[in-house]
Amino acid sequence: MSRADSRSTPLPEAGEPADGLAVAWRATLHRDLVLRLRRPGEVLNPLAFFALVITLFPIGISPEAPLLATIAPGLLWVAALLAALLSLDGVFRDDAEDGSLEQLLLSPQPLPVLALAKVAAHWLLTGLPLALMAPLLGVMLSLPAGSYGVLALSLALGSASLSLIGAIGAALTVGVARGGVLLSLLVLPLYIPVLIFGAGAVQSAILGGGVTAHLAILGALLAASLIFAPFAIAAALRISLNG
Amino acid sequence: MSLRLNARRLACERDDRWLFRDLDLEIRAGEILRVEGPNGSGKTTLLKILSGQLMDHEGEVLWNGIPLRRARRDFLASLLYLGHAPGVKAALTPLENLAWYQALAGEHGDEAARLAALARVGLAGFEDLPAAQLSAGQQRRVALARLELTPRPLWVLDEPFTAIDRDGVAALEARLEAHTARGGSVLVTTHHALRASTRLRRLTLGEGGGDVAR
Repeated sequence: MSRADSRSTPLPEAGEPADGLAVAWRATLHRDLVLRLRRPGEVLNPLAFFALVITLFPIGISPEAPLLATIAPGLLWVAALLAALLSLDGVFRDDAEDGSLEQLLLSPQPLPVLALAKVAAHWLLTGLPLALMAPLLGVMLSLPAGSYGVLALSLALGSASLSLIGAIGAALTVGVARGGVLLSLLVLPLYIPVLIFGAGAVQSAILGGGVTAHLAILGALLAASLIFAPFAIAAALRISLNG
Repeated sequence: MSLRLNARRLACERDDRWLFRDLDLEIRAGEILRVEGPNGSGKTTLLKILSGQLMDHEGEVLWNGIPLRRARRDFLASLLYLGHAPGVKAALTPLENLAWYQALAGEHGDEAARLAALARVGLAGFEDLPAAQLSAGQQRRVALARLELTPRPLWVLDEPFTAIDRDGVAALEARLEAHTARGGSVLVTTHHALRASTRLRRLTLGEGGGDVAR
């Protein structure tokens, strides 16, 4: 049979429109947001954890405002960090189980960019709500006035780095059944600089010092993670699925 | 359109056992290559190697004469791979699933085309139900709708007939024939007996080796 006798249209040459990457990026972000919003429990879990931990501290330690105000910056940051960490395990695991992760890897679009879209979805529904909720919980810990803005901003910047760094660990442990503990061990050391400068920013806002230096370093950490983490996530995904 | 996938002296070892060794094969435009063999003979592994997902092997895979590593982007833009898992998100509707796959290929796509593709695989009326409410066979059909939707010359299908009913199997076989008639090619594993055809070639994997037969 020759090709001339087939009536159907010929197959197109390989290639895609120039804005294909933007289309794929937006669609991946949109899909992940929709998937998370259809399971509100998973979005609310880290927020509930955050609120519970912060509520229990005044009860467990002491309701005295001066004491709470001293520990509040560190406490809020540690609780938010752990809440973000808890939510990381599922970033790639669901996709790996139903086969859509291998399809993501087989897309002609560059994998680091698509991985970035998945991380962005995670941050928008984990890190950002945590940052917005933190001032509210700060009231419970008698956080001095004037540091609320810095708290939210430092958490927003910092949690974006946490999502990016954590996704590397999530990608590495995607093939490991119940890799949650391993994931924590892998990424916690990398979280420490973010924690130091994040809590430091709130601390110096309370003490009346300049916060720009701390926020600038948080921004620098975020810039560095934005540049390097997507490539590390892509490499980690390939390693995890290659075998 | 050029289309040629070669493998030279392919060998793969798993748990101190050779799945296949010294395997040479070639897939050209207009051919169906069916990979056969008992369970655990390395069919899925071979398909993953040939679709560039597994690098842990000896020998090399060439796409139009260029090693796969270097022609990766070009190769992926020509490939449609359906694996063991259908890759259908249970929380999304069939339409949403297809829209994401179209976007992954870099296409805007349009709703009418997606509806038509779903209708052709027998899912008319199920477009807006979450895929979790569909049966296994229907979920597989959602994945198969991508064959209609995204025109790619090389199809790599791992057990595409799983959970598909008899009419669906016949329709899919016809689709594979039509695809090769248009100059596409298909690499498929299945335990179903495919209709004999001049386009069909077989590759049998077994103990420690592979044979290509007409």
